[in-house]
Amino acid sequence: MQDAASSIAATTAPEGGAERWRLIARNVFPFAVVGTIWEIVAWMGIFPHRLFPTLEEVALSFYQLSVAGILPHHAIQTVLRLLTGFALAASVGVTIGVLMGRSRRAEDILLPLVSIGAPIPGLAYAPLFLLWFGLGNVSAVLLVGFVAAFPIIFNSWTGVKAVKEIWLRSAQSMGADDRRMFRHVILPGALPYILTGLRLGLAQAWRVLVAIEMLAAVPWGLGWMIFGAREFLNTDVMMAGIAVIGIIGLTLEKLVFQRIENYTVVRWGMVTA
Amino acid sequence: MLPIEIRDVTLVYDTPGGKVPGVKNVSFNIGASEFICIVGPSGCGKSTLLNIIAGFLTPAAGEIRIGGKPVTGHGMDRGVVFQDFAQLFPWRTALGNVTFGLEMKGVAKAERETIAREQLRLVKLEKFTASYPHHLSGGMQQRVAIARALAYNPAVLLMDEPFAALDALTRDDMQRLLADVWRETRKTVIYVTHNVAEAVYLADRVIVMSPHPGTVKAEIKIDLPRPRDPLSVEFLECQKELLGYLGHNANANEPVN
Repeated sequence: MQDAASSIAATTAPEGGAERWRLIARNVFPFAVVGTIWEIVAWMGIFPHRLFPTLEEVALSFYQLSVAGILPHHAIQTVLRLLTGFALAASVGVTIGVLMGRSRRAEDILLPLVSIGAPIPGLAYAPLFLLWFGLGNVSAVLLVGFVAAFPIIFNSWTGVKAVKEIWLRSAQSMGADDRRMFRHVILPGALPYILTGLRLGLAQAWRVLVAIEMLAAVPWGLGWMIFGAREFLNTDVMMAGIAVIGIIGLTLEKLVFQRIENYTVVRWGMVTA
Repeated sequence: MLPIEIRDVTLVYDTPGGKVPGVKNVSFNIGASEFICIVGPSGCGKSTLLNIIAGFLTPAAGEIRIGGKPVTGHGMDRGVVFQDFAQLFPWRTALGNVTFGLEMKGVAKAERETIAREQLRLVKLEKFTASYPHHLSGGMQQRVAIARALAYNPAVLLMDEPFAALDALTRDDMQRLLADVWRETRKTVIYVTHNVAEAVYLADRVIVMSPHPGTVKAEIKIDLPRPRDPLSVEFLECQKELLGYLGHNANANEPVN
């Protein structure tokens, strides 16, 4: 009911402040429902209290860990690993994908390898990486980069292939040489796909990173924190860690990717918002 | 502007189903600043011929000379306008699209923007310089494409049914606008169309082609004063003569503009 009412309001009465509050309420509503159910389950004592804490306890842990600087430190370590691995994946992935899209020979050699590598779950490579690069950051970052590179390669390749022939012809007729054709036509033409690839790559990176942090014996990190908390049945700490992971993921998605898209491919009408 | 010679141009398409003749022994000359329309039914090779002149296709035999120099590949002495609205770069504004050729030529930013604004004024889009193509109508996009092809000052403008995908009213406006642009710039224009009325309205001379293989069937001079009145008796007679050459292949019900 509430949802229907607010969506009608959204279409009929665009009136600044009140409108924004309704929008916020609409986004908060599903969380409120899940939270309520959680509280009921916790209070009913279906699970031992220690394993299924109330939201207040989770919030308290979250607060205490944050104030003590523990949670931020874990989060920063994780984000640094994520960004390093992702930067690696983005630079190598876009390069390989574009190369495959541009060169028949590169495509013939690399496509079978990429096709086989892509569907393998990233975590399956984890033991190999740990043996090759040892426990610690190097393994974690390299694995994240490796796994995130696949969707980036695939989408960059598709994007270059999807560049319209008529753009190439137009640019040729206007005297574009290969180098400028690449920069001024192929890259922007493939951008909608490349951005999709980067977005999928980041999601992959996130997933594998949290898992590898549990395995690689890195000293700090959200994955390690969650895993460590299990030993002491600190379910509230685990929940707090999971919440931070969600918040960071959402922030990257909304603040980084959506902005880049709105500024480029959406503004150009190549993708609808 | 430069005269163009087309000599015995032949091209055969290699398709999985065998060799399909595109054009065969096509020869004609085009004078400097002349407006030529190439008319013919589908499959007569008119677009193939235009693509050869543009340098996108290489003929199996024969040659094309522009100002005495043989054509090898594409070059900035020719500007091309296609039928497809998608020819514009969606990531560039109208102004950005029009400056593209000048950028490739190495013209300084301030100068190329001045030139591009002038070209957009010529096609009556001076108010839309900052618009992205997806905010422009089909007719406006085609006008940007014309401005873009003219901006780097090629000797020849090659147009492949640029208005065929527009509605009849818009097409009417566009033809008038193109006639004005041509009067002002005096470019040599090679214009491919299957619309007989359009050819009579625009051309100094019409090349009629027939299919299988594509050959020149007739050359007709249009000796009507400009601006032309599509409803005058002389205009309709010209149109009738052209339709006669096209025989049953012509669509006599094409909207008369």
